[in-house]
Amino acid sequence: MTVAAGSDTIQELTVEEMRAKVGTGMEIESEENMLLSMGPQHPSTHGVLRLLVELDGETVVNMAPDIGFLHTGVEKSMESKTYTKALVMTDRLDYLSPMGNNLAYVMAVEKLLGVECTPRGKVIRVILAELTRIQSHLVWLATHALDLAAMSVFLYCFREREYLLDVFEMVSGQRMMGSFFRPGGMWRDVPEEFVPAVEQFLDFFPSRIADYEALLKNNPIWLSRTKDIGYISGEDAVQWGLTGASLRGSGVDWDIRRAKPYLDYDKYDFEVPLSTDGDVYARYRCRMQEMHESMKIIRQALDRLPEGPVNIADRKIVPPPRSELGQSMEAVIHHFKLWTEGFKAPEGYVYHSIESPRGELGCYVRGDGGPKPARVHFRTPSYVNLASLPFLSKGTFIADVVAIIGSIDIVLGEIDR
Amino acid sequence: MGIEQKLGDMGVVTYRLEDLVNWGRTNAMWPMLFGLACCAIEMMATQAAHYDASRFGMELMRPSPRQSDLMIVAGRVSRKMAPVLRRLYDQMPDPKWVIAMGDCASCGGIFNNYAIVQGVDEIVPVDVYVAGCPPRPEALIDGIMTLHEKIRNEGLKDWA
Amino acid sequence: MSTDTFVVDKIKKAFPDAIEEIIDFRGEQTVVINGKHLQKIVKLLRDDETLRFDFLTDICADDYLPETPRFAVNYHFYSTKTKAFVRLRVMVEDPDKGVDTLGELWRVATWLEMEVWDLMGINFKGNGALRRLFLPEDWQGHPLRKDYPLGYEEVQFSFNWREVGERKPHPQD
Repeated sequence: MTVAAGSDTIQELTVEEMRAKVGTGMEIESEENMLLSMGPQHPSTHGVLRLLVELDGETVVNMAPDIGFLHTGVEKSMESKTYTKALVMTDRLDYLSPMGNNLAYVMAVEKLLGVECTPRGKVIRVILAELTRIQSHLVWLATHALDLAAMSVFLYCFREREYLLDVFEMVSGQRMMGSFFRPGGMWRDVPEEFVPAVEQFLDFFPSRIADYEALLKNNPIWLSRTKDIGYISGEDAVQWGLTGASLRGSGVDWDIRRAKPYLDYDKYDFEVPLSTDGDVYARYRCRMQEMHESMKIIRQALDRLPEGPVNIADRKIVPPPRSELGQSMEAVIHHFKLWTEGFKAPEGYVYHSIESPRGELGCYVRGDGGPKPARVHFRTPSYVNLASLPFLSKGTFIADVVAIIGSIDIVLGEIDR
Repeated sequence: MGIEQKLGDMGVVTYRLEDLVNWGRTNAMWPMLFGLACCAIEMMATQAAHYDASRFGMELMRPSPRQSDLMIVAGRVSRKMAPVLRRLYDQMPDPKWVIAMGDCASCGGIFNNYAIVQGVDEIVPVDVYVAGCPPRPEALIDGIMTLHEKIRNEGLKDWA
Repeated sequence: MSTDTFVVDKIKKAFPDAIEEIIDFRGEQTVVINGKHLQKIVKLLRDDETLRFDFLTDICADDYLPETPRFAVNYHFYSTKTKAFVRLRVMVEDPDKGVDTLGELWRVATWLEMEVWDLMGINFKGNGALRRLFLPEDWQGHPLRKDYPLGYEEVQFSFNWREVGERKPHPQD
């Protein structure tokens, strides 16, 4: 006799009726357990995620995630827009690292077209990608700490984030969804205030990270809530397809920036933080260290920022600057073709992946010779990392499920696309 | 007011009932946590220290619909989420207001396809629409203040 | 890339009739194989000492309407030891018959195949958990197929405000 919680009246159901009602194919262990729906509207699930949890008292026996509450049909919508217009939709997938999504899509399209960005463009892309990583880790830390009842960390992290959003607004005009990177380069060159602003950020940020660490690193409450929770070994992590800090927290040294370098990442000197503990605390330490490493990369990138154009010279892909439109007829024709039809990509399919703050973000683009992509698929890290959530939370308390979700760092926009 | 001048310093204030009730409603409106997608992050930024929403009385964001009176629909509403949204709206007690934050909640935004409800006003009655993708925290605060204006102009006949 | 021709040679030696096509485009190697041998080839890729493709990154499906065979299922593999990348591709004629599942070899494959079934409709034999993941449970059809409409709704501008407004659903209260 199982009780279905969350309904208006308490019903007594048999196991078969439960299975039919739940419909998730989850194996219900025993009739004595309670089935709880941590519903789509929940303060700690980082978005609209529904978890069907089977509880024996307070211990989680089994769990099935129920997603799709944010399904947007992005992949289908992108097939009906040109390559540049479809770029706008990529921002909204993983809304905590919008420039990262842009980068994955733009690099895949550039690979399909067979072009490569200019040196100055590459360095600026690296700087903005690492700033996006820092900004995303700040939001991760804020929400993770907020779930575990450390609210001041939330307020501190968002204060830092405001500075970074001002930098993004200076560069692209929008705080979050910049759509700044375009196939062939980016929208425009960065303004003069960009480099001093980033340098000022690099000056004050290390002391702020020290503030957060002082609050959390040796805090007995934090340690007791995160140590030895949600353990996963290295081989299991690879089996479950985990990427990002969740994988490196279990000791597997796999970072796309090192394994398959893009944007000349092999020329920068940085370390990939690893830990062998495999629990929530290990992943927390990895991400905090990643913020330090990102600052190192940004400093090196600022030192080697070359002069030159940010966009490639191919007018068939990158629109000509407006100053040329008054002089040259070809510029007008290129502008017209690009604005009405868009550039055409050759037939074929490519896959390009980058290291987003959550893991490996990959983009599969297929072109068919026309101006619109024939198929775009995003391999999003949060979707694949979520598969391991039932495995990670078997046998833990329900309060630990909240900590584990925070440590895997999922973003529902990415999962549901 | 006339009576106060006659009564002098007795510590009595007279006020119209409508103004008093509307003042109470606007200055302590508790929003419900209904952040769905990217607009939720800007809603969190509005709640944080830089653009403080607690100066409007919105310090507490209540996850439970039974304890809140404002639902800020922040983000895109998909077809699977629509019945959940309606159910939560029905569970909120009167008086209740809805702010549609962002383009996706107002009109479907950039996603005009099979999966997204084209505007949350197909499901719940909306009081204020805030445009933007995502709207800046200042824009959301402007929307909240517009809602306050709207409530202050409500009369006795609307809610009695 | 020398590692990847290595891959192709190994597959050719073990399963001589399985390879249908080898494509090298923009530095990526794709091996198009016959669906019957999928599980055995993947096991070879994973367990072989020199290949060691132990990381299944992605299962992605594609729709080539109106060409036949209509569907293609791509499997992307990384090797954490040699840092190599290879793509296996299986062309599928009939989506209801589909391909074999990789659920016994990788635990994440079940989850990845669920998405492909939900949005493209390709069946995976042996995967008992295929269910509606992204869409509501009673949804008919598979949206990412090319013959499924986008679901475009008419935009309500000021000149057609009243006409569209009458057709839109409105809440009762």
